[in-house]
Amino acid sequence: MRNPEVTNILLAGLGGQGVLKASDIVADAAFRAGLDVKKSELHGMSQRGGSVTSDVRYGARVWSPMIPSGEADFLVVMEPGQVENNRGQLRGSGTLIPPDAVDEKLLRSKKSLNVALLGKLSNYLEIPEEAWLEAIRANLPEKLLALNLEAFAAGRKA
Amino acid sequence: MSQSGRLLLSGDEAVALAARDAGVALGTGYPGTPSTEILESFASLGCRAQWAPNEKVALEVGIGAAFAGARALVTMKHVGLNVAADPLFTAAYTDVEGGLVVVSADDPGMASSQNEQDNRRYAVAAGIPMFEPSDSQEAYEFTLLAVQVSERWKIPVLLRMTTRVCHSKTVVLPKPELSPAPREPNFVRNVARRVMIPANARPAHRRLREKLAAIAEWNEKEGPQQRVGTGTALGIVASGISAMHAREAAPDAAILKLGMTYPLPLGTIRDFAAIVDRCVVIEEGDPYLADAARAAGIAVESAPAMYRFGELDVARVRRILAHDESPEPAPLPGKPPELCHGCPYRTVFSALRDLGCIVTGDIGCYTLGVLPPFNAMDTCVCMGGSIGVGLGMRHVLPPEQARRVVSVIGDGTFVHSGITGLVEMVYNAPLTGHVVLILDNGTTAMTGMQEHPGTGRTLGHQAAGKLVIEDIVRAAGIRHVVVTDPVADPAGFQQLLAGMLERPELSVIISRRDCLLAAGKIKAYERAITTEGALEKCVEKS
Repeated sequence: MRNPEVTNILLAGLGGQGVLKASDIVADAAFRAGLDVKKSELHGMSQRGGSVTSDVRYGARVWSPMIPSGEADFLVVMEPGQVENNRGQLRGSGTLIPPDAVDEKLLRSKKSLNVALLGKLSNYLEIPEEAWLEAIRANLPEKLLALNLEAFAAGRKA
Repeated sequence: MSQSGRLLLSGDEAVALAARDAGVALGTGYPGTPSTEILESFASLGCRAQWAPNEKVALEVGIGAAFAGARALVTMKHVGLNVAADPLFTAAYTDVEGGLVVVSADDPGMASSQNEQDNRRYAVAAGIPMFEPSDSQEAYEFTLLAVQVSERWKIPVLLRMTTRVCHSKTVVLPKPELSPAPREPNFVRNVARRVMIPANARPAHRRLREKLAAIAEWNEKEGPQQRVGTGTALGIVASGISAMHAREAAPDAAILKLGMTYPLPLGTIRDFAAIVDRCVVIEEGDPYLADAARAAGIAVESAPAMYRFGELDVARVRRILAHDESPEPAPLPGKPPELCHGCPYRTVFSALRDLGCIVTGDIGCYTLGVLPPFNAMDTCVCMGGSIGVGLGMRHVLPPEQARRVVSVIGDGTFVHSGITGLVEMVYNAPLTGHVVLILDNGTTAMTGMQEHPGTGRTLGHQAAGKLVIEDIVRAAGIRHVVVTDPVADPAGFQQLLAGMLERPELSVIISRRDCLLAAGKIKAYERAITTEGALEKCVEKS
């Protein structure tokens, strides 16, 4: 059933943790690498401190913007309590990147954990580093840039 | 996010970009998930976008602009079209000069809505053409096309989107060259086509049916439907996001993807169904396409009833195609949303809970007052409904219960459609009186902190005329009006509410404190307005 040419990345956490921002960056990085990309999530009611997930899919051609249940290749989770309820979305061969994949002590701000976990994720993907850096620059305000570029680098080393 | 002309845009952003490229002169609407970002994005492109007090007013403003020859875009969520339905049905009888595109953003699965109504029914009921994009590229192209169809046949056009089209980002290649330049707005009197007294409306209705027949013919020959795949074992008819799920779920199937779904290209559907062994309609929500096909004598299969509820996805489409009606695995529950820690509404709902109130609620963040630890809401129906529903209860309940009824409504919702409820309260006052609690947090919080007439700032956060809520309340004839900050003195707030509940009179408490998430932004907007005002005065003096 699986379309081997599409990579599915599920990002999960709680409202306010930067799940959607992180998925914007992943989607933009893949887009800058010249791939077809679709990204999907729910806004509104779901964002008042509740569970938030965002699906990013990229490849030569992507149809549905939603990752079919149980077919995520990567699950990036920003909140320890959100691992178990999302684990079932990961396929057997998939990779879990839990919140402690990057040591928070290495980060200047805990709020940059989302971008640090993307650094970790980037090691598994064939998207060029320059595309990631451009995507980070394009999606974050100037004053938060240095902090997040450091976080991304810390994640890449983790 | 541009790369050699390609853009990565949400469906909402794509509609806004197309509206700009089509020379839309005015965008108006009311915030509502998942439609809100269309106008915000249209404004960020430097175009004229404004929030109306509600969807009905927005559509009326759009109709006026279109009568005057300008292109107009009116946006709302699905339930908003209920509010705007009155002008919609009669606008269909009129002749618009400039293109008039109405966006209805439906929310199958109710990610952030009170129902999952299928607004494709409105296109049929009102008799207006409808397009359904399946991704951001089509959201862009169909917006351009909707403007053209609207001007060619002088008819409003519905662009029906759904959550996954509005909020998914997909690649867009803009094609501004596809849009003919707009005309200059100019008023030309045309009473027979614009003044819908019965003598004019009777021929107008006949004209509407003629327009729709001509549009159906155009759709059949030149409409934006696509045929994919050459297989003949399985054929799928779909539109919108369902077509995307279907392509992934059934890569070997022949697919007829419809772009304009009212009036339908029934001849095309008939021909398609005839060449495949099995023809299945895949659609989210109501069996709209399937029923229309069957009514035209076309043999199609549709999904079992269980798939009418919630969104479709690839897995569900696979199940439909496999005739699988076994129970679906329930997704593991996540953490439900809650009122933010530090939200001023927390104090209010604690008081309502502790006083044992019967709370008729409304639409907004504060609907979360229904959840633990507050459990302090008993009804929620529609925008502005809290006041009327509360009054109805007060009229019929035994006095000891009636005296506990409180209507709770937010500032944005009050402006949207709470004012007429207040008029009803004064006009048909319950014997026990009534208490309305207006929760004014200075923003339309739930949809993402949009401005409204009560904030005194425009969509772009510039200074505007301000609707002062307490002035409106007093002008309606309510004598007991208290404005208070619940956080400053929670015990005092509870006492105040308890006191008002005891009196058989009409009372309104305006609980005023800025939304925790918006407070910083509100201060910055106000500072910018003050600075600008001061600068203008300097310029005037010099």
